[in-house]
Amino acid sequence: MKLTLSWLKDHLETDASLEQIVERLTAIGLEVESVDDKAGLRPFTIARVLTAERHPDADKLQVLSVDVGQGAPIQVVCGAPNARAGLVGAFAAPGTYVPGIDVTLSVGNIRGVESRGMMCSERELELSDEHNGIIELPEDAPVGQSYASWAHLDDPVIDINLTPNHPDATGVYGIARDLAASGLGTLKVPASPAFEASGECPVDVSLDFADTPSLCPGFALRLVRGVKNGPSPKWMQQRLLSIGLRPINALVDITNYMTFDQGRPLHVFDAAKVKGNLTVRRAAEGETVLALDGRDYKLNPEICVIGDENGVESIAGVMGGEHSGCDENTTDVLIESALWEPLNIARTGRSLGIITDARYRFERGVDPEYMVPGLERATELVLDLCGGQPTESRVVGYAGYTPKLITFPVTEVKRLTGLDVPGEQSLEILQRLGFGINGAGYVVDVTVPSWRPDVDGKADLVEEVMRMVGVDKIASTPLASLDAVNGRILTTLQIRTRNARRALAVRGMMEAITWSFIPEAQAKAFGGGEIGLKLANPIAADMSDMRPSLLPGLIAAAQRNADRGIGDVALFEVSGTYEGNTPDKQRRVAAGIRRGTATLEGAGRHWSGTAKSVGVFDAKADAFAALEACGAPVDKLQVEAGGPSWYHPGRSGTIKLGPKTVLGTFGEFHPDTLDLLDASGPLAGFEIFVDAIPEAKQKPTRTKPKLELSNFQAVKRDFAFVVDRTVEAGSLTKAALGADKKLITGVSVFDIFEGASLGDGKKSVAIEVAIQPTDKTLTEEDFEALAAKIVANVSKQTGGVLRG
Amino acid sequence: MSNDLETLESGVVADIAAASDEAALENVRVAALGKKGSISELLKTLGKMSAEERQVQGPAINGLKNRVTEALAARKAELRQVAVAARLASEKLDVTLPVRQSPAERGRIHPISQVIDEIAAIFGDLGFSIAEGPDVESDYYNFTALNFPEGHPAREMHDTFFFQPDENGERKLLRTHTSPVQIRTMEMQKPPIRIVIPGKTYRQDSDATHSPMFHQVEGLVVDKSANIGNLKWVLEEFCKAFFEVPSVTMRFRPSFFPFTEPSMEVDIQCDRSRPGEVRFGEGNDWMEILGCGMVHPNVLRAGGLDPDEYQGFAWGMGIDRIAMLKYGMPDLRAFFDADVRWLQHYGFRPLDMPTLFGGLSS
Repeated sequence: MKLTLSWLKDHLETDASLEQIVERLTAIGLEVESVDDKAGLRPFTIARVLTAERHPDADKLQVLSVDVGQGAPIQVVCGAPNARAGLVGAFAAPGTYVPGIDVTLSVGNIRGVESRGMMCSERELELSDEHNGIIELPEDAPVGQSYASWAHLDDPVIDINLTPNHPDATGVYGIARDLAASGLGTLKVPASPAFEASGECPVDVSLDFADTPSLCPGFALRLVRGVKNGPSPKWMQQRLLSIGLRPINALVDITNYMTFDQGRPLHVFDAAKVKGNLTVRRAAEGETVLALDGRDYKLNPEICVIGDENGVESIAGVMGGEHSGCDENTTDVLIESALWEPLNIARTGRSLGIITDARYRFERGVDPEYMVPGLERATELVLDLCGGQPTESRVVGYAGYTPKLITFPVTEVKRLTGLDVPGEQSLEILQRLGFGINGAGYVVDVTVPSWRPDVDGKADLVEEVMRMVGVDKIASTPLASLDAVNGRILTTLQIRTRNARRALAVRGMMEAITWSFIPEAQAKAFGGGEIGLKLANPIAADMSDMRPSLLPGLIAAAQRNADRGIGDVALFEVSGTYEGNTPDKQRRVAAGIRRGTATLEGAGRHWSGTAKSVGVFDAKADAFAALEACGAPVDKLQVEAGGPSWYHPGRSGTIKLGPKTVLGTFGEFHPDTLDLLDASGPLAGFEIFVDAIPEAKQKPTRTKPKLELSNFQAVKRDFAFVVDRTVEAGSLTKAALGADKKLITGVSVFDIFEGASLGDGKKSVAIEVAIQPTDKTLTEEDFEALAAKIVANVSKQTGGVLRG
Repeated sequence: MSNDLETLESGVVADIAAASDEAALENVRVAALGKKGSISELLKTLGKMSAEERQVQGPAINGLKNRVTEALAARKAELRQVAVAARLASEKLDVTLPVRQSPAERGRIHPISQVIDEIAAIFGDLGFSIAEGPDVESDYYNFTALNFPEGHPAREMHDTFFFQPDENGERKLLRTHTSPVQIRTMEMQKPPIRIVIPGKTYRQDSDATHSPMFHQVEGLVVDKSANIGNLKWVLEEFCKAFFEVPSVTMRFRPSFFPFTEPSMEVDIQCDRSRPGEVRFGEGNDWMEILGCGMVHPNVLRAGGLDPDEYQGFAWGMGIDRIAMLKYGMPDLRAFFDADVRWLQHYGFRPLDMPTLFGGLSS
């Protein structure tokens, strides 16, 4: 919403400076986005052309001698056809920035003649589009003075960023009312329009919505005959230009002026082009109209129109039709002042893609009680500017305004804001804003004025008082302490999430945040793609489905880095995946990938040893580190060979707790997966389901189990078993561990060997068994017995034989 | 005789000096002091000497033996030193060779996660807990319960991501703000409520300053007395702590949001005169940083609370935005690109954990 300072002062009696007004506007919730104080026009001065002679070397140029009000006359080369001796105009000296041509003047030399400045056209000063000649001012204009201030062009323009709840501030008058209520001056109440109307409006109006809800809560119309529609007066044009509107002709300018002056959009029809009576109705499906912007619009029954026997003449509340628009030849004008359903206007504007000043106001809600007074005021302006003879008005469909009633305890102001405002002062503020007060004491009944459809309840009234008193008057007050240590700041899931992040970063991985939505093909390849998780309006085709896994996003991210020349990357993400559209189907997952040679120890070539390509075991180690950080009982987890279809079937694993709970998967990727993602390896990754880890029992104390240290020396013994190649190392170590759960404290695999010497399909697995005696030193016989048990158990469970 | 001893001694001493390693020295020792060594043989002659003779020769030969023994020990020590020096010289390594960075030095935490930790540290100290909620929301939690009227522009497809209707015909959406968690929390927990809600949010918007996915943090306080004065204090304390400046000047402007009444926008005073840098606590510019207000009575009702008994305030701000302001990151889109050069530069080391006792940022 734009307005000028002088325009505001039409409605507000005030001594306040521009700066004070701007500050107050922001303070009362009408945020000033920018102020153009027109300082740019100041350097242009009034000057008189003393002589004008033909340029020696150019037919269309003249050499002027210009009196600029000080010093000797100045020589200016000028191409304007109207430049002549005696003309008084606007002069720009070298060094002046000329906005209309975006040039800072310097001393010029035009075809051999020096030019020390410029006589300007209106377009060069951005006053209008006029560029047929330089500005011509009256003979008596004071030479040497600032042109802008003499011509009142230095009217500052204020641009307000309006919140959607303030329809009253879409007009200068409403803004003046707010400022006055805040104590910054007095509102000038306009005189009632006075003119003689005669005769009935010959065009009848009917609202025809058949059995559908009405979209028009009121419609007022009047005919003015015998108008003369030329350009509007200079003052009106200037105001419209300053707020960025192009003057068209007096009748159209009046509607625009009323839109901004009162927040009351109007429409004018050329009565000669309207056939028969007007009907306000829903458009028929497929009906079209050529609108004032020169474009054709295809309409439908969700759109309200004003039609006559020709068809649609106007899209209600949004934009008029070209056919019945007013131009210089208009002699009889129909002025419309109507009310429209805000929601319907908003939808119509959006569906047709039309943004107009009328739509802006109607979708916020135009003051219903000003429908008829607005028509009267517009009529008065038409009579003033264009002459003519008005008929009586026709008003249909308007049921009148019943004010909302709010029971308001004045103590609400203190309760919600902390502000100590005396009750009487609160009520006085409300009254200044147009609210009605009934009753006295601490609880009163407040009626809401017709221009404030946004005010519904007590809290809204508190806001009115608060913004008028000033939010800056509210003292900052410490929030009372809860008088206790804040014991539980994060939930278990949040703590795990945080720990997983730090644990993975400590392993040399970088945390990525990738999009929650991925391409459909990727979602499907990772087990997603269901209809309820497909966006109806994705921002791009490749952001269409909620991700079922973090891996596709990470693989794509790794590939982007590889395409930039950085192929060794380790990335992770701890975030949400989506298995369904209910809250319980949003999972919390930690996932990571390593690409190229980005192993834990480092990547790439190094004098101390070149890093190997990443593989399934890098991913497995990451997965277990993350699980451990999340508090999973890692010693109780089982790893099963194989994983979901996106992994390499022979180089992937599934981590389980018990037979049913899957805590994670890891592996190298299936070549088809990489093809689909347009990615290349080596790549290995994992995902762990942070929310699937069972929560540890809450213990009353955090005591750790007692540490039992044996006094007897720990011993290590090596065994090598020959087993079938298909036997998993995990089952072999499990068998060894199971041989004596008391004595054997650990089993690790230190060598795997496959060779012809072992026979086809065989391999050797070498293990180191850690033995910790607890009650006596073991004898050689004890060791023999234990070794026999180990060999027997391994043989029984895996078929392995001790390697000879 | 004494000439003989002198000759012998000078011979042995010369041999000791000439021994170039421990083995040669041992040969010298055996030749002199071994069973049949030249000095041992001389010692044996003492027994056959007369008392007078022995009185002269005894000290002379024993003296010789002692001097040779000492010379042997000295030479031995000397040779060991040389040998050690030679070994050490041969073991010299080029210590200017680079070592590998440890994984903990290479890893990075994303600025969003770091800033969320910073927020948790500050609000944890003020008695708040961290709450979360789902990204995929219903129309009820995202709009209706938050007092968005039917037909509000935010409910349109051009602002909000909607899903295809599911098998039950229900059309879910991606939450446009973290505010649904206000309702979810009020449904689960009776006041006093003090929560902050960080999380992902989504809007149908994409350009240099808007991303279809972004992060917000929201705060909610509900009890029987929380008012705008308290709201101001909380936000001032937060901004001081977060931006790590001794004071901030904030400007509260009346504004409008469906879920708060009264509503305000908050600007923070800053200096933007240096390109690419914003300094808080100084300067003449105002920068909008958050929206806030008293929880709308309809929102309290939707949470099952009586707005005449309970009251509270809420605020919301962009995590990405305050992260950009604090750490000088210019472009929002880079947050979601996973460019390791960006992560390496703007990311945080894994062990830099923001706490109030250890410093929010290092």
